[in-house]
Amino acid sequence: MNRARSLTKYAISRLISLPIMLWLISTLIFVLLRIAPGDPVDAILGNRADQVTREAMRTKLGLDDPLFHQYLNFLNDILHGNLGTALNTQEPVRKIISQSLPASIELALAAILIAGFIGFIIGLTGTAKKESSTDFAGRLYGIVTYAIPPFWAAMLIQLIFAVILGWLPIGGRLPAGTFIYDGSGFLIFDSIKNGDLNLLQQVIRHLILPASTLGLLLSGIFSRSLKINLDKTLNMDYIEAAKSRGISNSRIIFFHALPNALLPVLTIAGLTVASLIGGALLIEITFSWPGIAMLLQEAISQRDYPIVQGIVVVISILVVSIGLFIDLLIAFIDPRVSY
Amino acid sequence: MLRWGLYLLAIYLLTAFLTPLFIKFGFLPEPQEGLGNPIYSPPSIDHWCGTDRLGRDVCVRTLEGSRVAIIIVLLAVTLAVIIGIPLGILSGYLGGMVDRVIVLFMETLYTIPVLLLSVVIAFLLGRGIFNAAIALCVVYTPQYFRVVRNQTAQAKSELYVEAARVIGAGPFWIMGKYLLRNVVSSVPVLLTLNAADAVLVLGGLGFLGLGLPETIPEWGSDLNLALDAVPVGIWWTALFPGIAMLGLVLAFSFIGEGLEIIVNLNELNESNT
Repeated sequence: MNRARSLTKYAISRLISLPIMLWLISTLIFVLLRIAPGDPVDAILGNRADQVTREAMRTKLGLDDPLFHQYLNFLNDILHGNLGTALNTQEPVRKIISQSLPASIELALAAILIAGFIGFIIGLTGTAKKESSTDFAGRLYGIVTYAIPPFWAAMLIQLIFAVILGWLPIGGRLPAGTFIYDGSGFLIFDSIKNGDLNLLQQVIRHLILPASTLGLLLSGIFSRSLKINLDKTLNMDYIEAAKSRGISNSRIIFFHALPNALLPVLTIAGLTVASLIGGALLIEITFSWPGIAMLLQEAISQRDYPIVQGIVVVISILVVSIGLFIDLLIAFIDPRVSY
Repeated sequence: MLRWGLYLLAIYLLTAFLTPLFIKFGFLPEPQEGLGNPIYSPPSIDHWCGTDRLGRDVCVRTLEGSRVAIIIVLLAVTLAVIIGIPLGILSGYLGGMVDRVIVLFMETLYTIPVLLLSVVIAFLLGRGIFNAAIALCVVYTPQYFRVVRNQTAQAKSELYVEAARVIGAGPFWIMGKYLLRNVVSSVPVLLTLNAADAVLVLGGLGFLGLGLPETIPEWGSDLNLALDAVPVGIWWTALFPGIAMLGLVLAFSFIGEGLEIIVNLNELNESNT
């Protein structure tokens, strides 16, 4: 029962660190927005605005208050889930973000599934066939999938599969004017819940290209980490022991080595969440996928400060929480992890 | 692998150096001029890679883009090294409260997704060569800091540092003379891998409209312009800048991978002897 106790202790200490991290990130964002050269009012209005408008904007943003006061207000707002109001539409930022977040999450989940599947197959073939050429090809695959600019890959895939071959829609989440059910915003889930197979088909047709692009680019990291871990595991004594008992090679890989090699891959998966977001941002824009990245790009081009700030806060919270969740999950299922 | 990377990088450096000369002497058209040309003309003898929606030559713009990309990426990574390494040594050597505060700050920077962080910085600073370099530098500084700080903290308690202190060496002498030499070995690998990453992030910034001023040809923003033309099947504006970007990232990645193999071999040899 000692392990259970130390596990709880670890979980609690990590959970305590979560709010500290979040506090630091939000403080950092606050400081960044304040110390950046140039007046935020300039950034929003451009430098041709007259004095009265500038003063009005200054009051509206609360830039008249003492700095410390502003900081407390900012923290208090975030604690209450209040991310301010958008400058252009005057809607609460929280509402705007929560409308586009499900689209991004749906795309990310689909991409991770595809990345895991492809990465698994490539990682396994690289390990099973030990000739140096397959090994090298696997290594090259890892480097090249990393080196391809995500938005460029997306454009090429659009050109090939949507424009030249015409198999799938070029972008967007649904054909324009499609009726959307009032629901969670996760269209696959919503269409299944309402039993609308037609809608489901449309949703999946639109999802295939962006999810495959993102999944393909991520699969390199998965296959590489799986291969490295499998190689490490295959050198261990218990594998030697299994071999000497005459167990077949594929059986050893699947039943003896793989379970042990998969866990570190999970850690890598956790670490890639951050880079997933980077790639996903750009791929969303290429495919006009109405997620958080489209929102970000729009906010940037309209210089809508509160939305940019809100998106950074929300994504950072997501990244930190997912990282924590995966760490805890690994600690929970893998007895070898020391903490 | 190292050799491939070096060859590729040499090609890019040569291109970056020669293109402005060729333009100056009239072998290549001006990258910003396009009024006399047909718009969106496919690759032909006159325009090997076709023209974009303003009639500008895609080839020249792609070639010219390599110069700014290399300059900005090297500037950003150099800045990150200049800031990250001394800060890491200082933090690791001093320890205590200062160390903890700097570490917390750097860890926080490290948690925020790379592209998002540089997008925020670039958004705040506005377009420009130096601004883009700063936006990238902020992202990579924590990585050097992490590596250097941890190694310094380890090396600090080694006997040779003790000995230096006993013979009366001051802290800055110790840091500069003994610790710096010990921790820099891991920097080249990180540096080239970061350079590879920086090319991608810079492209992302340009793609989002946060990169360079419009007067400077840049792969990322050219690709963003090309995006509008994709639905009608215009492939040449998208293909060539992308290939150029891919090549440069590959060059840095290959060098980084190659260096990593060498470093690992060296360590293996050292631990054997």
